[in-house]
Amino acid sequence: MVSPTLSRHLLIALGAAVVLLLLSAQIGAYADYNLTAVAIFAVAAAGLTLLTGLNGQLSLGHGALMAVGAYTASLLLKDHRQFPVIVVLLIAVLSTGLIGIVFGYAAARLRGPYLAGATLTLAVALPQVATRYKSIFGGDTGLTVPPSAPPDWLGADFPAERWLAWIAFAAALMTMLLLANLLRTAPGRAFKAVRDNEAAAALAGIDVARTQVLAFVISAACAGLAGALFAYWSGITSPAGFSLSLSLQLITAIVIGGLGSLAGAVWGSVVLVYLPWLTSGMASTLKLPSSVADNLPLAIYGGILVIAMLVAPHGIQGALQRILAIGRARWGHSPGGGQKGVVDWDDPAPGT
Amino acid sequence: MMGGNALRIRGMAIVCVAGLLAACGSSTSSDNGTNTASAPGITATTITIGSTQPLTGRAAPGYSEISAASSAYFQVLNAHGGIFGRTITYTYYDDGYNPTNTASLTRKLILEDKVFALFSALGTPTHQAVVDYINTQKVPDLFVSSGCNCWNDVANHPYTFGWQPDYTIEGKILGQYIQQSLGGKKVGYFFQNDEFGLDGVKGLDAQLGASSVPDANRQYYVPTNTNVKPQIAALQASGAQVVVSFSIPAFTALAMLAAAGAGYHPIWVVSNVGSDITTLTGLLKSFSKGAAGGQLLAGMVTDTYLPLPGDSSNPWISLFKKIHDDHIASLPWDGNVLYGMAQAYTLAQALKAAGRNPTRASLVKSLETNQLSGGPGLAPLGFSSTNHLGFLGVQLVTIAADGTETTTGPVNTSSDSGPISPYSGSASRPPANGIP
Repeated sequence: MVSPTLSRHLLIALGAAVVLLLLSAQIGAYADYNLTAVAIFAVAAAGLTLLTGLNGQLSLGHGALMAVGAYTASLLLKDHRQFPVIVVLLIAVLSTGLIGIVFGYAAARLRGPYLAGATLTLAVALPQVATRYKSIFGGDTGLTVPPSAPPDWLGADFPAERWLAWIAFAAALMTMLLLANLLRTAPGRAFKAVRDNEAAAALAGIDVARTQVLAFVISAACAGLAGALFAYWSGITSPAGFSLSLSLQLITAIVIGGLGSLAGAVWGSVVLVYLPWLTSGMASTLKLPSSVADNLPLAIYGGILVIAMLVAPHGIQGALQRILAIGRARWGHSPGGGQKGVVDWDDPAPGT
Repeated sequence: MMGGNALRIRGMAIVCVAGLLAACGSSTSSDNGTNTASAPGITATTITIGSTQPLTGRAAPGYSEISAASSAYFQVLNAHGGIFGRTITYTYYDDGYNPTNTASLTRKLILEDKVFALFSALGTPTHQAVVDYINTQKVPDLFVSSGCNCWNDVANHPYTFGWQPDYTIEGKILGQYIQQSLGGKKVGYFFQNDEFGLDGVKGLDAQLGASSVPDANRQYYVPTNTNVKPQIAALQASGAQVVVSFSIPAFTALAMLAAAGAGYHPIWVVSNVGSDITTLTGLLKSFSKGAAGGQLLAGMVTDTYLPLPGDSSNPWISLFKKIHDDHIASLPWDGNVLYGMAQAYTLAQALKAAGRNPTRASLVKSLETNQLSGGPGLAPLGFSSTNHLGFLGVQLVTIAADGTETTTGPVNTSSDSGPISPYSGSASRPPANGIP
């Protein structure tokens, strides 16, 4: 017997899959390529949402965990270029999950700024491993990743970018589905209980440390999946691709999107991928000296982020919910089926 | 992000002018066929090419001038009617020397901007990220701005062509100079720990014999760590009287300052990419806050495959200097600007040799079969069906105490594994208007 929550989430995921498939077939290969990036960031941001937004553990090292997934995939594909994608992705999830156990145990002993510092170290130090052990990880140059060719039944002209987009959509929807359901179970509620008050959670019989380690492992596994997809997407795994700024971008994504909501992770990923594209377009239409024009996109990007946080401190998802609530109040609509698929920060857990 | 739009507008203006000229019957082309849209990126009136460049980030100083210099040359080319009446639209994006950005931007150039060919994409690690992809898309990948031997891989990357001599050739020729002119002196290596430095060391070892330089005399750096004092101290302790440096300009300057600070004065032998005098003088001044400068370069030995920027007697230098003064006077006149213009000239040659209505495959075929002249190069271009490297030799340069550069010896030519032999051919002269 399928529970109503699961069947509702399944329906949403199926609907999203149909929309994405139709959309990806209508747009050009480069648009597919960008959409793939949204899906990849959404996987990593969803994992980070679970850890930071829902379990209260701040990680500045998720870019490094993505690197673990990416290097796992790249090392597998270095000697066996024909490994099926699904196998590569699963192994990347497992290996990053294992790393997640190690760091999860350390993280469970650290709080606030100490945890931020420790994960920051991870983000700074891990890429250096690749530089140090050049013969294995390819040094600064990195490892190239063969593209995942579309299967023959899709036809000879099927763009590789669209095929990868489909893989990334599948991975993102699967991740969202699993996380959304997990949050409706006892361990899922324990995450939030630990976030809100560790002492109260412990009194209620929740093993705080175990819950924190579990959150870290699941979150790391998501980052690993995103990293492996990232390797296919960019065709290269190198330290420069997984710098500290990637970790900070992920934090930006979940904050801009709306901390603590899986839908927010998706919104944040959309912003992360399309905002730089927009700002660089804006910079190129102004005729400026190259020293200004070359740096302008970054400045505009930063400016827009600052304004967004001032206007919508609870992120895009928070703003949307407020607009919905105002609409409901004004038009007197009944709350109906609640917010579909959204795991709200203040979502009261349904009774067990 | 700059360049594309601005050039497109200018390009359109030039097309209009060119159209008027053609109406007056001033066409000088002997090929009287008609222009067709023969390939992606080629219309009846335009050829679109694209590139990824470090306009920001740690590789930007110096190197960001290259694409602007190429653009300036294309403006002149377009003003003279372009190639078979087609103007060149040059779209280049800033990848910040980050391979992940390069991967994304290269797809943008190929999938969205639909460039006919890639041109002068800069950087070894950045371009290695995309070379497989470019070749599966069968897009000509012309004149990668890097001396990595890896671009010369006809079997796996038939669409990719290098341009400058590879670092192994440079290593061999610098090694031969050390044997012949500095024989008996103890040699040390200072190199960047990646394809660039390691390829150079490979060439040096092939010439000097690997055993003649013990491990203590082989010191490397990684570009992310700017403290090179330990390496220089180790070289000093090893008693090396000659230091061969395969380093980017910033690290050449850092190494020279560290040595000077330690009272260590070896003879510096610096490979081409790290030896531009203008760039080094500026870096030495800025790193030492004015305490040191160009005087540290006295006695330096380096190599070049292009004429020296300061050699005003060279007709190519006068030609390119005029383009610089007319179009990009705000940039310094240095080896990087010369490099960008010389590459652009080779591209113009290649497009012209490929005929009126080329396809991507016919352009590649043409490069492999039509021997290009080498333009301003001191050595010939060696493109063939088995060589995708480009210039086959270099000339040695020594810097005198007053900063003047003298070229010594004839140009040496050699393939990667072949012997080094003097090149007796003479350098070509530029066409009157600078357009091939």
